[in-house]
Amino acid sequence: MAEVKKPKIEITDGALIPGKDSDAVFSAWRISFFGALSLIILLPIITPDPYRRIIAFLPDGILRTFEVTIFSIFFAFFLGLITGLGRISRIKIINRIATIYVEVIRGIPLLVQIFYIYYALGRFLKIPDIASAVIAMAVCYGAYLGEIFRAGIQSIPKGQMEAALALGMSRSQALRRIILPQTIRLVLPPVGNEFIALLKDSSLVSIIAVSDLLRRGREFASRTFDYFETYTMVALIYLVITLFLSRLVAIMEERLQKGER
Amino acid sequence: MKDRVRVIDATKYFDKVLALRNVNITVRTGEVVLVIGPSGSGKSTLLRCVNRLENLNKGKIWIDEDEVTKPKADIRKIREEVGMVFQSFNLFPHLTALQNITLAPRIVKKNPEKQAREKARALLNRVGLIEKADSYPGQLSGGQQQRVAIARALAMDPRVMLFDEPTSALDPEMIKEVLDVMLDLAREGMTMLVVSHEMGFAKAAANKVVFMDNGEVIESADPETLFNRPQKERTKRFLAHIL
Ligand SMILES: Nc1ncnc2c1ncn2[C@@H]1O[C@H](COP(=O)(O)OP(=O)(O)O)[C@@H](O)[C@H]1O
Ligand SMILES: [Mg+2]
Repeated sequence: MAEVKKPKIEITDGALIPGKDSDAVFSAWRISFFGALSLIILLPIITPDPYRRIIAFLPDGILRTFEVTIFSIFFAFFLGLITGLGRISRIKIINRIATIYVEVIRGIPLLVQIFYIYYALGRFLKIPDIASAVIAMAVCYGAYLGEIFRAGIQSIPKGQMEAALALGMSRSQALRRIILPQTIRLVLPPVGNEFIALLKDSSLVSIIAVSDLLRRGREFASRTFDYFETYTMVALIYLVITLFLSRLVAIMEERLQKGER
Repeated sequence: MKDRVRVIDATKYFDKVLALRNVNITVRTGEVVLVIGPSGSGKSTLLRCVNRLENLNKGKIWIDEDEVTKPKADIRKIREEVGMVFQSFNLFPHLTALQNITLAPRIVKKNPEKQAREKARALLNRVGLIEKADSYPGQLSGGQQQRVAIARALAMDPRVMLFDEPTSALDPEMIKEVLDVMLDLAREGMTMLVVSHEMGFAKAAANKVVFMDNGEVIESADPETLFNRPQKERTKRFLAHIL
């Protein structure tokens, strides 16, 4: 018991976490990332028509995708934190509410949730499309993040809470000062991966008139009938962004492990 | 000398499992009482009831004039005044040694930062680790971690210190450095309730040794008597086993 074992949570429904082969020059990540990047740069040079027009048309959509993603992440993070705390709460009613939220949300496809908020609830109160998108994404990912936070909190050794209580701290002081700081470090990589998954899922909101990257592509393609070229470009852009972010998460994870004390 | 800790008829169940049965133990001010006994005999539970990490089903515990076990007792106040040292140290890994020690005085006792730091430095000095003030627990050996944990508990100026097998997670070469700190504490008059099977410490510091088995106190006496002339058969068997 002299060595305190470091708990670790593995969640891999987001982007691929680069494995051991990532050290190699021709790692899967490098090939995919730089391959996609080169195509994005080279295609408009080699075949200006229609790639140049596509490339000119999409940036608004990329910004919108980032906008929806960042707002959703922001709210999902806090919702997730509150849910995670609710799931470990000793107060029965809070615990129950948090659990029901997680169960219900995880049981409904995200696309249905988006429709539900935009169209179904939209009948009673007019929610702007971007707000609908952000609400749907945040509510959905809040539930998933809640489970990550719960698992993170629960994987902190019981002795930490006990030592804090034994020093006279209240439970909330102990949570804030002792448990949560350790939890955040622990869950950063899986939370990062959820963010990447969220960015990809944000393409679903293109269906409710949010002009994100995918929607812009659709608009372009339906006007010019350049379906193949447009969707190739859209896919490459998603791929580059996602791979870039997954790399960031991997680096962060490595840092955290190295700096682990 | 006055009684610092009085455990009276303490009984504790975990569901159906009996952990303590009518346990009576007194620790006088400045005394060191050692609790020994086989694994599962209720030693940890006893300590954990003194600072209300667990609640008794029956019986009472007093610290000086304060009844720890009464339903309206101020549990946080009790825990402030009872230091606890765990087998697995339980230092906070995201804080430096110094921060581990200053945190509770700052946020529980509301001591000013500067005062808390000065005190923490003095305590680190006392446990021989002043040069490790800015190290994180992961950078310290087990023995060093446990010494920081002792300093952390002392920073709250406890009326009594509880030690739950403080050296049993340590490699043999580190046991002495921790026991030395505990011996110093004992000499300076700290009231201590210690679960440990370190015979050297028992002989050097303990005023009284209590042998527990199956949640009961089987017998208690001064160390010389209990180790050399135990009265009960169960005590003899246990001592034969560990000596
Ligand atoms: N949190 C708990 N839940 C259920 N049973 C427990 C718990 N803690 C201790 N026990 C039981 O109480 C008895 C005494 O345990 P403990 O006080 O840890 O003994 P010791 O410290 O002497 O090894 C054991 O039978 C143990 O299994
Ligand atoms: Mg024990």
